[in-house]
This record gives sequence, structure tokens and C-alpha cells, in this order.
Amino acid sequence: MKLRAWLSGTAMVAMASLLTSVGQAKDFDGVTVNVMTFTGPQIAEPLQRRGPDFEALTGAKINVITVPFSDLYTKLLTDWASGTNSIDAAVFAPQWMVDYVGPGYLEDLTDWAAADTALQADDIAPFFREFSQTYNGRTYLLTLDGDFQMVYYRTDLFAEAGLTAPATWDDYLNAAKTLHGKDMNGDGQGDYGSCIAKKRNAQSYWMITSVAGGFIQAKGTSEGVFFDSASMAPLVNNEAFGAALDVYTATTQYGPPDEINLDVGDTRSLFTTGRCALTLDWGDIGTLAIDPENSKVIDKVGSVMLPGSKKVLDRASGKLVDCDANTCPHAIDGVNRAPFAAFGGWSGGINKAADAKVKQAAYAFFSYMSQPAQSNVDVTIGKTGFNPYRISQFDKIDQWTKAGMSEAAAKDYLGAIKASLDSPNMVLDLRIPKNQAYQQVVLDTAIARLLAGEIDKTAAMQAIEAGWNELNEDEGVDEQLGFYKATLGQK
Amino acid sequence: MRLSAWADRQAAAVMILPAVLILLAFSLFPLLASAYLALSRFSLAAGGYKIRFVGTRNFAKLLIGSEQFHFLGTFGRLSVLDYLILGLAVASCGYGLWRYLAGGRAGLLGLAGRLIAGLLALALLALALIVLNAPGFPGSLVVTLVYVVAGVALQFALGLGLALLCAQPLKGRNFFRIVFFIPLMVTPVGIAYAFRMLADMGKGPFAPIWQLFGLAQFSWASDPWSARLVVMIGDAWQWTPFLFLVLLAAIENQPRDQVEAARIDGASSFQIFRDITWPAIAPVAATVVLIRLIEAFKIIDLPNVLTNGGPGIATESLTLHAFIAWRTQDLGASAAVGYSLLFVATVTCVAFFNLVAQRTRRHEA
Repeated sequence: MKLRAWLSGTAMVAMASLLTSVGQAKDFDGVTVNVMTFTGPQIAEPLQRRGPDFEALTGAKINVITVPFSDLYTKLLTDWASGTNSIDAAVFAPQWMVDYVGPGYLEDLTDWAAADTALQADDIAPFFREFSQTYNGRTYLLTLDGDFQMVYYRTDLFAEAGLTAPATWDDYLNAAKTLHGKDMNGDGQGDYGSCIAKKRNAQSYWMITSVAGGFIQAKGTSEGVFFDSASMAPLVNNEAFGAALDVYTATTQYGPPDEINLDVGDTRSLFTTGRCALTLDWGDIGTLAIDPENSKVIDKVGSVMLPGSKKVLDRASGKLVDCDANTCPHAIDGVNRAPFAAFGGWSGGINKAADAKVKQAAYAFFSYMSQPAQSNVDVTIGKTGFNPYRISQFDKIDQWTKAGMSEAAAKDYLGAIKASLDSPNMVLDLRIPKNQAYQQVVLDTAIARLLAGEIDKTAAMQAIEAGWNELNEDEGVDEQLGFYKATLGQK
Repeated sequence: MRLSAWADRQAAAVMILPAVLILLAFSLFPLLASAYLALSRFSLAAGGYKIRFVGTRNFAKLLIGSEQFHFLGTFGRLSVLDYLILGLAVASCGYGLWRYLAGGRAGLLGLAGRLIAGLLALALLALALIVLNAPGFPGSLVVTLVYVVAGVALQFALGLGLALLCAQPLKGRNFFRIVFFIPLMVTPVGIAYAFRMLADMGKGPFAPIWQLFGLAQFSWASDPWSARLVVMIGDAWQWTPFLFLVLLAAIENQPRDQVEAARIDGASSFQIFRDITWPAIAPVAATVVLIRLIEAFKIIDLPNVLTNGGPGIATESLTLHAFIAWRTQDLGASAAVGYSLLFVATVTCVAFFNLVAQRTRRHEA
């Protein structure tokens, strides 16, 4: 059995390695791989575009099935748990892996990836290779996208107004206030100081953690931003989270009138058509801004690591205290900044129950998508939704200039991502069982109610705290604490 | 001979049995399974799933626990006027019950039904008053009731008005009959997307009109009541044709000789409507409203597509609430919401059938 598994793994890895060569035998003729991801166009687009190329190389047909983002987690879980197994592989959020690996739905890709030279795994940034793709030391996913949230701003407007890139959230609000209402795209109408996607049941619930990170986590990545790692008490009912909520709600004053109903696609469109001075988003803005067909802000976009705060949470008292060498050891110019690895980057995983040949084809496809020949091109195209995650993607500026970015803009954009990636105070996304319920249900609903004016800040913090405590109790506080500490690298 | 006679007697039951068993399997089994689910906690596990019995915990969560805000709403303070309204409602229910008991035809089942319906109506009225007062905020139960009561009333008024118009001997009325009927033929999600596009104040086809009135910066989707209103308008757009069609058929079937006789006697249009048309169409009107009530309780597509349940949870109906809970794997809570909806909808519709629909038929007889 072991020999068979080894042989099958070796054959598959050999297949993946040979993909770049011409004239290979089509080992996957007649094989169809059903790959599920969210309704794009981002993420689904490169899979659909490269599927036929992969089929021409290997014979495997890639059938991309898309569902709304809010349904993706459940669709996969129900398909695999119920034994339907109509989905052979999926591209999804790595933080959900904990719910899929535990019951044994995902194929262990460790040996396949280790033997796959064409993948050039060493070129994948350590955070994605060693954290995002893995669970309990084993590799279950292949990273296709690198995700950090950052702040983007209009360099032309900032220069005109004598503003500098925001280092703190106060700077962000000040710039948004200064520029709000000015005509930013020459159409004679006033535009918006800040555009942040705040739609409920969408991809907005990461935004608040991006703001809160700098207020809550100061002593390095292993400190964590969601719970107290000694007691599993939620860190959402204190002055720091309250300050983050103040900032978040204040940005709405400088946003479009229907901002609380805008998804990331909407705010990206607003920013790239020149209607916003600032936005908070993943790396997609950088490449969407250089799209000559749709962008009106080519070479007018600055990227910066998430702003931070000069006051941070004292976990013993729940109060905000001033930053000093002791309270903020990683502060930059007195500002505690905590870049958020929100989502962790779209990654491909394979259904363990799929047919062996289909699994091999699925791995080969994900490997093909991730290999530099494909990936280094895809990350420079805005509509793919893929952002840089390979070392070579940060080092080779020419591929970005070839895609239409000026050298200065490329350095600025890649520099902001790299600074986030290298930060010792990076915030890791929540990766404990049922994390989707903690964030996509409890947090998302409370924030949406706060923004809609249904409840005030105090009630929002209490609602999140109560909801998270209830989930902790349902799943077992000690068990969840164990998972949480393991995620943070604590013992 | 006796055996043959016995077989003949059983034949009907034997022939019907498979159909009855299939019907029971398809109607009773899901009901029982979801009832058990409503009392359980469901979780997916290796190779399948686990169901743990938790008693009434899912219902307690909705009524007094962490999901109370979502299901019942956030409670505000009652004003003097609210107390007066409540007092009036209690007195009306008491009077209705007294009349029923004094009528001499009271039965145990009828009394129990009236008590349940009356108590539920009072409880829902009290809930609506308390969550609609500051600092309260309605949950999915009251939002659904708003869609049902206000929405169906609006649709009935529009449907009846259009039916009365199209029943007139006007030129081109057949064209308008078809035009009014079209929204009913479109898929509900299609209606929702079309309406979302039409109602977009920034980029929709009516955007220049909003701009003309200085409303370009107003977002209906960001205000709870305007968002609910848009959902109701969309629902009316979709369902008014159904009421229109049925009421038009009823109007056209009213006794022509009576109408003509009334006209000859000099009766006004209003008098004809009040004394001839309305009594003639009342049983049909009551039935069509009952059908719409049952459907209206299940509204999901419009709030889901138009507003995603937002802003906050302002437009979330009970079905959408149950769907969102299901989508997040909380199948127990989803089933509990579903059962609560079933209880409220059944009591309301049975009460409407007995107290309104049946009564119109008695009048007809």
C-alpha cells in the first residue's frame, strides 16, 4: 500500500515537474477535475483562463465551479462531509483548513510538494510556505496568492495637500477629512476621502482587524490579536478595540453614501476610477490601478503598510497606554504598526476522497498555477486577484514594469507588502476550529449593526464578546485555547 | 365469496396506501427530522456528522439568549400611547372571545384556537410596539410581520385597483392585462436583480431623476426603513399581478344583471362596488389574501439580493435569518427559526381562514 502510494506520488510529482517541457505524454487524458472557488471574476479568472492551457499540456479538463464567497466554506464542508464528493479540489481561505483537515477531508500534500521541483517551493515566502500552507507541520494547501491588507492613497492629491503617507489611523482620518469632497477625477463632482468595503455577508469583516491590530498587538506576532492567550478571553471589549471601532465608524463620514453596502469589488472600482483618496484593501489595488482600460489613477497610487497607533492595549487593565520601548518594542517612530495577514492568500487544496488520478491531476494543476512561469505573470494582472507571494516576485522589478507599473510605483507597492511580510509584529488571521463562525458570523454581524446605527460601540463590543465566548464554550474553551496557542507558535 | 367481498372492501385502501405512504414520507419525515434538529446541535465530523440533543437551547438562544436581538429584536421603551393601543387590543380580543362564547356555538377546539390566536396576536403586537420604540430595533420576526401585513395590504390595494380598472370597457385593456401580468412570470431572483438595478440611485436608469431632486447622495440601502420600503415595493411589483389576475377574474364573474339593474336605478359606482361587487368577490379576495399571506411569510429572495439583509439586520426576514444560520452550519438554530416561522405563519393563516375567509363564504351562502 505504501509502495503504491509512493509510486503514485512519484508519478504525479514527475508529471508536475514535466509540465514546463514540451511534447510530454498526456497522462491525464479523460480526467476531469471539478475545482470550486468563489464567484470572481478574481481568483476564478486565472483558473478558468489557464485551465485550457493545462488541458493542452496534460489532457486534464479543469472544470471551475464558482459560488458566492459567503457560501464557499459551507458548500465545501457539506459536499465533503456528506460524502457527495462532487468537488475534487478547491481554492479557498487557508484559515478554513483547520475545519477541513481535522475530519480528514484534505489530502496531505507534504510528500508531493517536497518532491515537486517545478514548484520551486523555496521561492515561496516562508510565511506562506511554512504557515499558510501547513497544519500541524504538514502541507495541505498550495499557495496561489499572497494576502496582506494595506492602505492605498492618491499620491497626487496628497502631494497637492501637503500630506504624507498615513503612519497612524489618526493620520488616515485627517487625510480623509482634508480631501473629502474634492473633485479627484476631473468630472466636476466631489469625491470621497476614504472608501472601505463594509458590506455584511461579504469580505468586509477583515477590515476591522486591520484597524484594531495596531491598537491591540504590540509585542510581536506570537502575542495574537483575537484572544488572550492565557485565558481565551476575547480581546474585543476594551479601550483598544473601542478605539479601533471609533476609527472604523469615523471613516464612514468620509466615504460614499452607500459605503456600508459596498463589497471589495465596488470600492476597488471607486478607487481605480479616481473617486477615492484613500482605501484599505488587499494587494489587488496595486495591479488594478495600472490597468490601462479601467484605471484613471495609473502612477498616482501609493501603498503603505497598515497604519498604527501611539497607544496600545495594556492587557491587564484593558486600557490604552502610551507606546514606549517596553510597551511597543517593535514601534517605528513611536508608532505601533501591526500588518494583518488577512485571509492568508487563496490556496488550493484537494479532496482526499477524490479518485487517485483526479487528485494527481488536481495537484498538477495547482502546481502549474503556482510555478513562477505562470504565477509571476498572474500576480501582475489586477483581474486575477492574485497578489505576490514568491520571493522572485518581490525581487524582479522588470516583470512589474513590463505589466505597466512605473519602477517607483513597483518599488513602493512591493516594498509595502514586503515590509508587512517581514514585520515581527505581523497579525496572524484566526485559525481555530469554527473560525468562520467567529469572524464571518459574530464579528461581521456586530460590525454591520454598529455601522447601520442599530447599536452603539459598547453594545457592539459586548455582542462580539458574548458571541465569541459562546462559541468558545460550545467548542470547549481549553480545546480552542490549545488551537489558538498552536497557531501563534506558543506552547 | 366472503373473501372476495373482503378483498373488494380493502381494495380502495390498498390502492391508496402507496400514495399515502409516499406523501407521509415526504411531508412528515422532513417535519419530524427538522423538529429533532431544532432541539439539537449539529456538527460535521469525520465521515459524516454528529447530532447532539440540547433540548430547547436553540429556542432559548432565540428568545432570551445571544440571538434575541436577531430574532425578536432589541427592546425599547413603551409610551403611554403604546399602552393604550395594547389595552385596546386586549379589550378587542376579550370582546371577540365573549361574543364567541355567548354565541352558543362555542366548542373546545374553537376556543383553544381563538385563545392561541388571540394570545399570539397580542404578543406580536406588544413585541412590535416595544422594538419599534427607541432605543429598540426590530428583529427578523417583526421585520417579517411588516413585510406580511404592510406588503400584502399594499399588494391587495394595488391589485384590486388595477383589476377594477381593467374590468372597465376601456380601449386596449387586454394589452394592460398582459403588461400587469408580466412580473409574475419572471423568476424572483431575476426580479430582485432587476429591481436592484432600477433602485440604484447612483448608476441606475433613474439616477438623473434622483440627481435632479438632489437625492444622488442618498442611499436607500443605508437607512433601515427606506431599505425595508424598497424590499416591499419590489415584492409588490412581483406579486401584485397575482392578486390582480385573480381579482379580475372574480370581478368579471360578478352577476352582470345586478350591476346593470343598479345602474338603471341610478346607483353610483361606489355603491355598486360596496353592495354588489365586494360581496361577490369577497370569498375569492379572502382566499387570494390567504395564499399571499402564506407566501409572504417565506420572503427571502428580495431582501437577500437587494440588501443582503442589511443595513445591519434591518431587512432580514425569518427565512433569510434561517438561511444565514444554515449557511454558517448552525443547523439547530436554523431549524429553530424555521419552526418559529411555521408556528407564527400557521396560527396566523388558520386564524385568518377561520375568522375571515370562512365568514365571507357564510355571507355568500
